[in-house]
Amino acid sequence: MTVNKWTAAEVARKVIDNEELFILDVRNHDAFEDWKIEGHKFEYLNIPYFELLDGVEEILPKLPTDKEVLVVCAKEGSSVMVAEMLSEAGREVAYLEGGMKSWSSYLEPIKVSDLENGGELYQFVRLGKGCLSYMVISEGEAAIIDAVRFTDVFTNFAKEKGVEIKHVFDTHLHADHISGGRHIAANTGATYYLPPKDATEVVFDYTPLTEGLNVKIGASQIDVNALYSPGHTIGSTSFVIDNQFLLTGDILFIDSIGRPDLAGLAEDWVGDLRETLYSRYRELAEDLVVLPAHFMIIDELNEDGTVARRLGDLFKENHGLNIEDEAEFRRTVTDNLPPQPNAYEQIRQVNMGKITPNNDEQTEMEIGPNRCAVR
Amino acid sequence: MNITKTLDAKGLACPMPIVKTKKAMDTINSGEVLEVLLTDKGALNDITAWAKSGGHTVLEQKTEEDVLYFYIQKG
Repeated sequence: MTVNKWTAAEVARKVIDNEELFILDVRNHDAFEDWKIEGHKFEYLNIPYFELLDGVEEILPKLPTDKEVLVVCAKEGSSVMVAEMLSEAGREVAYLEGGMKSWSSYLEPIKVSDLENGGELYQFVRLGKGCLSYMVISEGEAAIIDAVRFTDVFTNFAKEKGVEIKHVFDTHLHADHISGGRHIAANTGATYYLPPKDATEVVFDYTPLTEGLNVKIGASQIDVNALYSPGHTIGSTSFVIDNQFLLTGDILFIDSIGRPDLAGLAEDWVGDLRETLYSRYRELAEDLVVLPAHFMIIDELNEDGTVARRLGDLFKENHGLNIEDEAEFRRTVTDNLPPQPNAYEQIRQVNMGKITPNNDEQTEMEIGPNRCAVR
Repeated sequence: MNITKTLDAKGLACPMPIVKTKKAMDTINSGEVLEVLLTDKGALNDITAWAKSGGHTVLEQKTEEDVLYFYIQKG
């Protein structure tokens, strides 16, 4: 039988199109438990490759013959070996090109909406890491919000669309992934904005992103309005785009809220988080569509693969927005927090420009899920 | 520690370090120690997990100048 090679893009399509897939993950158990390819209708079998060196006969009965089987490992090598063994045993299987490493880096651009006068809003979904970046396009110009480190994806997309990147924003100093923001700005001549309260230690020049900053994209003047919304970090800033969309950064997600402990002490910022979620956001129009900087679980994806929900619906359904008692809220976001993201302190140093690891080291730092939320 | 055999798997990528370690392990007797030299950092957790599942004991593990050293006693 033949061994097929799948790209991360093909696997992403299976996730978004809600298709079935059987994943044979041959990484060790700890790695699999920590982080895997999530799909609505995916089934899994986790057998480390080093337990299959003597043969795959024992696992054959556990592999379906009526479903596509994808063998996955960390970088590719072991999955190729196991896929070839399965092929020799008469099974048709595929392996994931580049393994979890390539899954972690893949971005799928999905259009969220058309804007006035031919404008467009795109969400770049990084399925393997749960990161969401945004591009607003209007009449030859573009703004990017919370770009991840794969700068080519954004600059190539802008080229395809025939637009010039003019503004690049980070809603806050990220702790779970490495920002591509200032590099895109440097390569394109765009302005790079960062909230000054998050930027006290950065070693590069930036334009302060503060409450009330208003940027117009293109001749039709698509509005990008900044709204100070601290809590995840002290500088965290949201955006209202075209009076229709609320980009919440890491403050408010679909099924969870931001955690206040990644850049300092949770106790210091829990009051800010409460104020943002229970006062500032309450003053906004309920029809705004929330677009967060992350998703945590695959159920947060809509049918078209986007991650977006009406603010009014989140006020009703999001547990973190419905804790009336302030003391209980405080406990929820400070006690029993999930483990912190992999290498989050180093990642903050990279985003401050203090250290410049090479590409392999950056990949290593970003391994694993994002873990920016509390639920 | 008496080292019975040394395997130099430097420069090899996954899964070869483990494949070679297993083969080398098959050539020594129970209680004897295999020294393995590696540069693939991904093998760090894998070697430990593989040894455990095979009933072997990792007596010592150290890293010197980007080379990982394992001392594995056959079970």
